Amino acid sequence: MFSRISKAPSPCCVAPGRCNTLTFVTKHPADAASLRHRRRSIAPVPPVLLIPPVLIAVSMAIPLFYLVLRTAEADISILLELVVRRRTAVLLGNTLALTGYVLVLSTAMAVPLAWLVVRTNVPGQRVITLLATMPLAIPGYVMAHALLSLGGTNGLIMTLFGFSVPRPGGLHGAAWALSLYAYPYVFLNARAALLSLDPGTEESARSLGYGSAQVFLRVVVPLIMPGLVAGWVIVALYTLGDFGAVALMRFDVFSYAIYTQYAAAFDRVYAAALALILLALTAGPLWLEAHLLHSRFVARVGSGVARRPRRTALGGWTVPALLFTGAVVLLSIGLPVLSLVYWMTLESPVPQLPRVLMFFRNSVAAALPAAALAVLLVLPVAYLRTRYPSRISRLAERSVYVGYAVPPLALALAMVFFSLRAVPWLYQTLVLLVFTYALNFLALAIGPVRSSLMLAPRRLEEAARSVGRGPLAAFFLTVLPVLRTGILASLVLVFVMAMKELPIAFLLAPTGFTTLSVAVFSRTSEGMLAAAAPYAAAIVLLSSMFVGLMLRYEGQELS
Amino acid sequence: MKKTLFGAILIAALFGTAGASGRPEGRTETITLYAGRGEGLVQPLIEQFEEETGISVRVRYGGTAELAVLIQEEGSRSPADLFWGQDGGALGALAVADLLRDLPQDIFAGVPDIYRSQRNNWVATSGRARVLAYDPRVVSSGDLPGSIFDLTDPRFRGRVAWAPTNGSFQAFVTAMRYVHGEDRTLAWLQGMLANDVQPYRNNTAIVEAIGAGEIAMGITNNYYLLRFLAADPAFPVRQTFFDAEDIGNLVNVAGAGILRTAPNPTGAERFVRFLLEQEAQRFFTREIYEYPVRDSVDMNPELVPYSELLRLSPAVDLDVLEDLEGTLTMLRRAGAL
Repeated sequence: MFSRISKAPSPCCVAPGRCNTLTFVTKHPADAASLRHRRRSIAPVPPVLLIPPVLIAVSMAIPLFYLVLRTAEADISILLELVVRRRTAVLLGNTLALTGYVLVLSTAMAVPLAWLVVRTNVPGQRVITLLATMPLAIPGYVMAHALLSLGGTNGLIMTLFGFSVPRPGGLHGAAWALSLYAYPYVFLNARAALLSLDPGTEESARSLGYGSAQVFLRVVVPLIMPGLVAGWVIVALYTLGDFGAVALMRFDVFSYAIYTQYAAAFDRVYAAALALILLALTAGPLWLEAHLLHSRFVARVGSGVARRPRRTALGGWTVPALLFTGAVVLLSIGLPVLSLVYWMTLESPVPQLPRVLMFFRNSVAAALPAAALAVLLVLPVAYLRTRYPSRISRLAERSVYVGYAVPPLALALAMVFFSLRAVPWLYQTLVLLVFTYALNFLALAIGPVRSSLMLAPRRLEEAARSVGRGPLAAFFLTVLPVLRTGILASLVLVFVMAMKELPIAFLLAPTGFTTLSVAVFSRTSEGMLAAAAPYAAAIVLLSSMFVGLMLRYEGQELS
Repeated sequence: MKKTLFGAILIAALFGTAGASGRPEGRTETITLYAGRGEGLVQPLIEQFEEETGISVRVRYGGTAELAVLIQEEGSRSPADLFWGQDGGALGALAVADLLRDLPQDIFAGVPDIYRSQRNNWVATSGRARVLAYDPRVVSSGDLPGSIFDLTDPRFRGRVAWAPTNGSFQAFVTAMRYVHGEDRTLAWLQGMLANDVQPYRNNTAIVEAIGAGEIAMGITNNYYLLRFLAADPAFPVRQTFFDAEDIGNLVNVAGAGILRTAPNPTGAERFVRFLLEQEAQRFFTREIYEYPVRDSVDMNPELVPYSELLRLSPAVDLDVLEDLEGTLTMLRRAGAL
């Protein structure tokens, strides 16, 4: 009911592109600082809120400590021989090229789609939103196989049209495979940012003489930039760390060197050294984010809800818009689903069903608590970051990304090392698996929660405090209800990722506890693609159900 | 409506959590197996062992390499009784790290020479031969190379696939170093690279690529194609051995070893013996297209007969496969990794 308080805009400065009656976009650290100062709460931070950030920071120190410890065992001359060679430079160059390519490609797919569903009258917005989010449910290897199955003399194009095209591969193949299942991270962020835009901003700019293009470039783009950057960071980190899809596309990247060291050499020492180099690489996107995102502070200062924006009538552009949408959807969902169906026609999935069901239960038993724990942990971090900004809260927020940036195999080995020494009774229990998943995917959970917190009107909390509620009570009464959509989105993002995860499940799942992703791997790696299909289909089916649930819930929340 | 739906999913998930406890209870004896073998391949065999012996097997499935690294990381704290991997190199790495215990001599009785190791702390459980898979649409049988050394010939330029990160491939290179010497092996690797050999992720990817007409031939293991053909009899790929005793026909193994720290070494030993019995051996050849390590077993008709395998394969002591480090160094020096 609080959210229905009518709007009372408070005027501020007038220069379009910088800020307007309702929205601040500050570019200069000084502005941000003064803003922070003004927004700083008088009340001290409730100590209980500090527990999760401290727990996160300490936990994130485990993999770092482990990697440094293992690297310290290295013989420096062998290490140099491994690292200082031309191939390392080639791999680094390839990695950077791939990351840039994926960012451009996924943005080119995501932003137009987000614009279409939020700001135009394109038909079927709900359906398009669902379809543009669903690729999250597709495991990378399924996407790569699906793209590969397009070309070749026995490929889909040959079957349908009677001529064969080369199979995709190399930089282009790898970039398309990654972009097609990672672009929803950009889409969701761009869409959320567009939804939260106040049309008043653009109207002010227009009234000051800006044309449509200028409004878009100088008002809309800067305003949705924080959302885009948040999506880009996730996509960039994902690209840096991915090995599976990229290897199937036969493109050599840096994560390949790490994988080779672990998997071909059975070696933990030099792999750790390489993992530290990869970590240093991931500092790039994080630095970028820190500078693009946090020097801007975006929030409506008026209370209440923004008006719904005016939608652009597409008119003659409707058909091209739908064609574009259709092409993206066909490649990102149609193709992988089709190839799974094809494999299942080769070998009946029916005899496998009891096992599919059993592994399905295992997967859910790991992924669902992991999602819940991740959200529980990031909630206070995001809350501190937005309500009590300080060096410590920024540090806690940064540390969230460490878990995502450490190669999963290294993270899992660090947890093996740590748990066997410190808490042996937790080793190979579901608890440790869930905890490690949560650490790994905190970075996915923090985005939606943080965005919705930024939009949650602070005055409601202050009102609750002013009638004598404690800070926690005020939070539960006023902020949490506003966060429901963000929390659900965070849950789903972590859940679908954990469903697909492989190396951590290998090493940390309880013995005898096989998940769907392990079942898929153990078949595809043995040349049994048809037998793997039902398990992969179960991952896709369940994950897309959750994605659908998220959007449905959000839709009802908005209407 | 939405709440009901969400609630239903939550309840289903919680029910799932409660029911998902992986371990069969109520049996007295248990062994813990780290299996680097596909769950889809060997689960029926493990269930049969449980039925026959009453020993309950807790299996951790994973990649052979990942599990070998895991066992090293666990060290003396490992809960595992035994490791069953599908690459002699991984078993060798654990043996070198002194993590495996000696097996009783009689376990090795009746294992043919091609599967022999001087170490007695792990035993081969099945064999897998290296072969040349090819696309008969573009390679006629007269054009096939006689020796793997022929693949550096200009007529094969850009037409051959390999999987340099794959354990079987690396084991083969190790064997080549042992049989033909470091210089000749390095020259072969460099010759292959100069001849534009195409690297692939793994053997599955090689066989798929040949089927798609992307590449004419590839060096791989014998069973991948047979599994593709089982799912799709029209799959357009064939495979062949090189000339007799060519190093390209190396027979690598899947094998098992018992950990020094095994909580239940006797149960583990029963499992190892079970893998070597007729029934399990028949399973390996019939169901998953591997070669048995007992010559008395009926072979899968899709495979070459046992006598033929013994004639074709080079005699290489499996212990030489332990020197993986030297192979990796060479692969890096040649620029293959």
